[in-house]
Amino acid sequence: MLVTYLRRELAGRRKQTAIVAIGMALAIALVIVVNAVSSGVQLAQSTVLASVYGVGTDITVSQTPAPTEGEEGGGRQDFDFGADDGATTDGTTTVSQARLSVERGTTSFDSAALDAVSGIDNVSAAAATLSLSNTTFDGALPERSTTDTGTAPTDDGTAGGGTPPSGGPDGAGGSSFSVDSFTILGLDPADDAVGPLSAVSLTDGRSLESTDVGTDVAVLDASYATTAEVVVGDTVAIAGTDFTVVGLVTASSADAATASNVYIPLDVAQTLAGLDGQVTDIYVQAASSTDIVQIQADVESALPDATVETQADLASSVSGSLSSASDLVKNLGLWLSLIVLAAAFLIAILFTISGVTRRTREFGTLKAIGWSNGRIVRQVAGESLIQGLIGGVVGIAVGLVGILVINLVAPTLTAGAAATEASALGGPGGGFGQAAVEATTSDIVLQVPVTLSVILIAVGLAVLGGLLAGAIGGWRASRLSPSEALGSIA
Amino acid sequence: MYELTNVTKKYDQGKRSVTALNNVTLSIPDGQMVAIQGPTGGGKSTLLQMLGALDRPTGGTVQLGSSDLSKLGQGPLGEIRAREIGFVFQGFNLIPTLTAQENVETALAPSGVSSADRTSRAAAALESVGLGERGSHLPAELSGGQQQRVAIARALVKEPAVLLADEPTGNLDEQTRDEIMDLLEGLWRDRGLTLIVVTHDSAVARRAQRRLLIKQGVVRDVA
Repeated sequence: MLVTYLRRELAGRRKQTAIVAIGMALAIALVIVVNAVSSGVQLAQSTVLASVYGVGTDITVSQTPAPTEGEEGGGRQDFDFGADDGATTDGTTTVSQARLSVERGTTSFDSAALDAVSGIDNVSAAAATLSLSNTTFDGALPERSTTDTGTAPTDDGTAGGGTPPSGGPDGAGGSSFSVDSFTILGLDPADDAVGPLSAVSLTDGRSLESTDVGTDVAVLDASYATTAEVVVGDTVAIAGTDFTVVGLVTASSADAATASNVYIPLDVAQTLAGLDGQVTDIYVQAASSTDIVQIQADVESALPDATVETQADLASSVSGSLSSASDLVKNLGLWLSLIVLAAAFLIAILFTISGVTRRTREFGTLKAIGWSNGRIVRQVAGESLIQGLIGGVVGIAVGLVGILVINLVAPTLTAGAAATEASALGGPGGGFGQAAVEATTSDIVLQVPVTLSVILIAVGLAVLGGLLAGAIGGWRASRLSPSEALGSIA
Repeated sequence: MYELTNVTKKYDQGKRSVTALNNVTLSIPDGQMVAIQGPTGGGKSTLLQMLGALDRPTGGTVQLGSSDLSKLGQGPLGEIRAREIGFVFQGFNLIPTLTAQENVETALAPSGVSSADRTSRAAAALESVGLGERGSHLPAELSGGQQQRVAIARALVKEPAVLLADEPTGNLDEQTRDEIMDLLEGLWRDRGLTLIVVTHDSAVARRAQRRLLIKQGVVRDVA
């Protein structure tokens, strides 16, 4: 009888069923889309962070440089040339100078910190890196003697004679200068469980291995290798030393760049930069996500000068439209979902109560012929539950279509860590100003995942909404006195 | 058999207390056909509520067989209504979304009758009121007289001991009124029911074995 009655009521009161179901469907579709977009944004953030900080990195440890200008790690970089520097050929003097320094915005600290961090409870893995920037200045200028051949003007005002300017790259006394910069990350070849190389994919050659300690070998970011026109087997010059390229890597996500242009063994990087026993970043993996807060506190206690950042802090460092999307989802999306959901629940409840009021005589009659309160509550709750479930099914369908549309449109979001933020986080940047931003900026195509949990949440909300409306409506129906409900008798 | 002893029912209307039944003592033997008449507001409906186990008196006792309806809770009263009392209302009170067959079946739902038994008994009840071919029709597709026949079938399908009819012909024309009363009278005779009819219509009341007049909450037999 219950099923027949349910079926007849829902079919016979199509308008009410449709309104409640549509309200519920809109709310559930919105919840699904917001939830899925939120997952997609988090996924995109993880992709960006993983490409920069490595997979499984829970905490990074770095040290913010003192703001004093001129000290290592900050301030202006100067290239000084003496009178005898450079080689002169055909009236043109070429000069070249390379500098290897700790990246701007970061500073090095004693690698003993790695041992301190590794010894902290619940740290499952830790790795140290040295983040460097190689800047090469190349210049071509006219030989000094060729530019000093003019004579002073004569007393009658005529211009001095002599030969016109010559030499230099254009043969007319001009000069040309270029500055090239790329980033280098020194890391322990034997330890790739955590840190930047844990997130990359090898596209050619091999990765760094434990036998590479002390050798001049390098692994290059594939994009950088293409730009620099270098392949496996070629050499790259770092601070005047040639390194053999043994492999090319790319970020696991095609959309993101890897953390650095060049990866070399840590000990070689330290020696080359004159920073023996120094590192700039420590990447920490916690045994469990619940340990992160404790580890952060312990690291801050053990290393008072260090900047200790968790994944949550790292996520907040992601900037660009991805960050805007994240904020939008977190704020507007969440509240909009809650408001629409509350409105849908309210509509369902009000319609159910209104339906009970309109059916007062009907329920009174049923009570008069012996229906118990429980049976009537089940009837009302069952009707609301079915209305909620219909809304749920439609909502899931609409939500999935929404997700499909988003994935077909595939909006591209720009993500990056600003130079100042990157340095504060200990993340690698670039060599010069804007280059630092570009080095960690990626275009991420937003892909919204459909997960079982999202579907289950939708079904749960539909059931909850239906039961809530049904419980309130049923309670109201059960309170009706049969004699009062029967207008024809009372 | 009904035994009403010193039944009083009072309602509070704001600061005023209205006495709907005033010290009513009444006995209705099993199988009797009784008509209750009286002016509007005289207490007919209240008396029917007491007899139908829909409400409890403020004072006195209402005995139906071995059950004292004045002392039972809503649950047991509901069980008595489900088992022993059939109702026929002036407005028919059919559920508009259910077919005639399904409307009749609603009366058997509380009794735990199996689905197959419910279907066959409802069909038989409809047959007995002359609507065997109309089981699949919705109330809106039936005339007033047919709707009242469905309501009578619903009241009788559980084979109650008592049938209470509140103005059962109040919404019907004279011809249909007579048809319905013929039907009720026939069923009463055939089944040995106690039939209690509340009516304004003297033509209907005259069909009863016994006529009661209720005025200002006081009941008396009409000669």
